[in-house]
Amino acid sequence: MSDTPSTHDATGPIIKRPTRWHIVVFLLPAFIVYSAVMILPLIETLRLSLFNTVDGQSTFVGLANFKVLFGDERWAHDFWNALKNNFVFFAIHMLVQNPMGVALAAMLSLPKLRFASFYRTAIFLPTLLSFVIVGFIWKLILSPIWGVSPFLLDVVGLKSLFAPWLGRPNSALIAVSLISVWQYVGIPMMLIYAALLNIPEEVIEAAECDGITGWSQFFKIKLPLILPAIGIISILTFVGNFNAFDLVYTVQGALAGPDGSTDILGTLLYRTFFGFQLQLGDRSMGATIATVMFLIILAGVSLYLFVIQRRMRRYQF
Amino acid sequence: MTRNAIKGLLLATSILGTAGFAQAADVTLTVESWRNDDLAIWQEKIIPAFEAKNPGIKVVFAPTAPTEYNAALNAKLDAGSAGDLITCRPFDASLELFKKGHLASLNDLPGMENFSPVAKSAWTTDDGATAFCVPMASVIHGFIYNKDAFDTLGISVPTTEAEFFAALEKIKAEGSYIPMAMGTKDLWEAATMGYQNIGPTYWKGEEGRAALIKGEQKLTDDAWVEPYRVLAKWKDYLGDGFEAQTYPDSQNLFTLGRAAIYPAGSWEIGLFNTQAQFKMGAFPPPVKNAGDTCYISDHNDIGVGLNAKGANQEAAKKFLSFVSSPEFADIYANSLPGFFSLNSTAVKMADPLAQEFVSWREKCKPTIRSTYQILSRGTPNLENETWTASANVINGTETPEQAAEKLQKGLDSWFKPVK
Repeated sequence: MSDTPSTHDATGPIIKRPTRWHIVVFLLPAFIVYSAVMILPLIETLRLSLFNTVDGQSTFVGLANFKVLFGDERWAHDFWNALKNNFVFFAIHMLVQNPMGVALAAMLSLPKLRFASFYRTAIFLPTLLSFVIVGFIWKLILSPIWGVSPFLLDVVGLKSLFAPWLGRPNSALIAVSLISVWQYVGIPMMLIYAALLNIPEEVIEAAECDGITGWSQFFKIKLPLILPAIGIISILTFVGNFNAFDLVYTVQGALAGPDGSTDILGTLLYRTFFGFQLQLGDRSMGATIATVMFLIILAGVSLYLFVIQRRMRRYQF
Repeated sequence: MTRNAIKGLLLATSILGTAGFAQAADVTLTVESWRNDDLAIWQEKIIPAFEAKNPGIKVVFAPTAPTEYNAALNAKLDAGSAGDLITCRPFDASLELFKKGHLASLNDLPGMENFSPVAKSAWTTDDGATAFCVPMASVIHGFIYNKDAFDTLGISVPTTEAEFFAALEKIKAEGSYIPMAMGTKDLWEAATMGYQNIGPTYWKGEEGRAALIKGEQKLTDDAWVEPYRVLAKWKDYLGDGFEAQTYPDSQNLFTLGRAAIYPAGSWEIGLFNTQAQFKMGAFPPPVKNAGDTCYISDHNDIGVGLNAKGANQEAAKKFLSFVSSPEFADIYANSLPGFFSLNSTAVKMADPLAQEFVSWREKCKPTIRSTYQILSRGTPNLENETWTASANVINGTETPEQAAEKLQKGLDSWFKPVK
C-alpha cells in the first residue's frame, strides 16, 4: 500500500518465532472450567428465556416470555414489586452499610485506638457466618416470644418501641436489609481500611505541616484518596444486592412475606423457576426473570465502568 | 482364629442366605416412597403382615429423601428401573405420572370399593372416572386444646362459632393463657390451620368445592368470604407479636402450656403426645348455629399406585389389595397416630387424641383442602395466594372482601371451569 519499504524487508529474512503453545496450554484449564460453569449456563439461560413449552414441545417463542412478564398484569405486578423492593434493599445498603464501613475503617486506622485488631475481627466475623445461621439468629433475636430484643427494650423501659418487625409489611424489608447490613458491613470496612493504610505517610505529614488535621484531614486528604475503593465497594454492593436471595429465603421464606413485602428479584426467580409448594416450576419464565436480572446488573456495572470510573481522579504517589 | 470363624460364618450366611432367598421368594416387590420416617413401621409391621399371608412374595420398602422423591422417581420411571409399587403424592404430581402412562388404572382392583369418592379424589382423573392409586392416609384438621386449662377456667368444649369466641374471650379476660397459638409469619399456618380448617363449615365441604371447580360458585361468594371474616376476628386472641410468630413458635407455645387452643392438623399428635405435660383434647371446627351439619377437612396425603411397566403386576396387585384392606388400615393408623386410614371401615385406634379426631368422620362430612385439586395448576397459584391472603386478613392489612376479590381475579386469569 505504501511506498516506504517495511523495516522487516530492510533487515533481511524474518526470524520465525516458535508458536508459544504454552500460553494456550496454561490458559486452557481456567478457560474450560470458567466456560463450563459460567459462560455456558449463562448462554443457556439466555437461550431458554426465548423458548417456552407449547403443546408439550419446547418451542422458540421470541420475546413472548418477556411480553408476559411485563404485559400480564399479575406478572408485571410481581416483577415491579420485586424490583422496587430490590432498589430499597440496595438503597439501605448504600446509605447504611457503606458509610458505616467507611466510618469504622476510619476509626480503626486511628493510631491511638486500643484493641483495634479485636474490633476488626469482631466486626468482620459475621461476614464469615453462613446466611442460614445469621437468618436463624436474627429471627430468634427479633422474635416477640423468645427474643432478647423485647426483653432488652423492656429492661430500659422502652418495651413500647418493640414491634414484630419481621411480620409487618411496612417494616419487614427494612429489618431484613439491616440484618444483611449487619452481616456484610465487614467487607467495606476491610477494603477501606486497606485503602487507608495505603496512603503514604508523607502525604499525611505534609497535610499536618499545612495545618490540616482531624476531621478536615479526613475529608480533604483521605476521602479523595479512597474514593476509588468506595467506587469498587458500591459496585460490589450493587451486584451482591441484585443477586441476593439467601437471607430473605432463610428469614422470610420463599413467599417472602408478609404480603410479598420482602420479595426481591432472587426470591421471585426461585419461586418461578423451581416452583413452590403446589406451584410447579416454570423454567422458561424463570429464565426470563434471570435474563432481566442479568441485564439490570449488566446495565449497572456498565454505567459504573464507562461513566463513573472514567471520571474518577486517581492519585499516584 | 476368631477372624477365620467370622469369615466362615459370613461366607456361610451369604451363601445360605441367598439360597434360602431364591427358594422362598419367587417374586420381590419394591415399594418406592418418600416416607423414610416410616421405614421401621414398614419393616417391622406392614411387610411381615403381608408376607405371612402371601407366601412367595417378598416386599422391599425403598424410601428416598422427601425433597428428592419426585425427581428421583421420574428419572427411575423414565429409565424403567422404578419399583413395582409407587407411593403417590396427592393430586397433580401423580396425575402427571398417570397421564404419562407410568401408573396403571386401578378401577378393577379388588378392595377399591372400600374407599369413598372423596378419599379417592386425590388420585383420580379430573372427570373422576379412573382411579390410579390406593388411598393410604389422610390428615384431619381441627383444634387441639389444653384440657387442664379448660378445666381450671371452667370452659366447656365449644361447638358453635359463638361459643368458640366466648371461650376465647373468657381465656383472654382471665389472662394466664394466650387464647390461641397461631402466627402469621410462615403464612401457611394462617391458610392451612385457619382458612382450610374452619372454611368447609361455611362452603359446605365437597358441595362448595365442586361448585367452585364447575364455576358455579366464586371465591367472592359469601360462603367463601365468611371464613375470612371469622379469621379476621381471630386477631384479637392470638399472642403478642403474632405477625412474627413462626410455626415452631406456635407449637412450642402450646406444648409449653402457655396457650389454651391450637388450630391443628392431626399430624401434630405424635409430637404433642411426647412434648406436652398436660392433658389434651380436640374439637372439630365449630359450626355456625347449633345443630348445623359439621364439615371437616380430611385431606388426602399418601397413596400407593401400580407401576404400569413393572415386571410383577399380579403380585403387586395382591399387595395393593392388601393396602386397601381394613387390616392394613389398622396397622398403619395405630403405628402413626395422626395419619388416618382413608378406608371406609372405621379403625379402632389406641391413641385417644387420634381416636377423637377420627371419630368426627362419623358425625361430620369430610372434604379436602379446597385449593388442592385442579385449582392450583396455573399462575398465579391459588394455594400460594391463599397463604398470603389468609395472613393478610388476620394481620388486618386486607379486608376479607379485598382478599377474596384478589384471589378470584387471580383464578379468573387462567382457570376455565370444568363442566
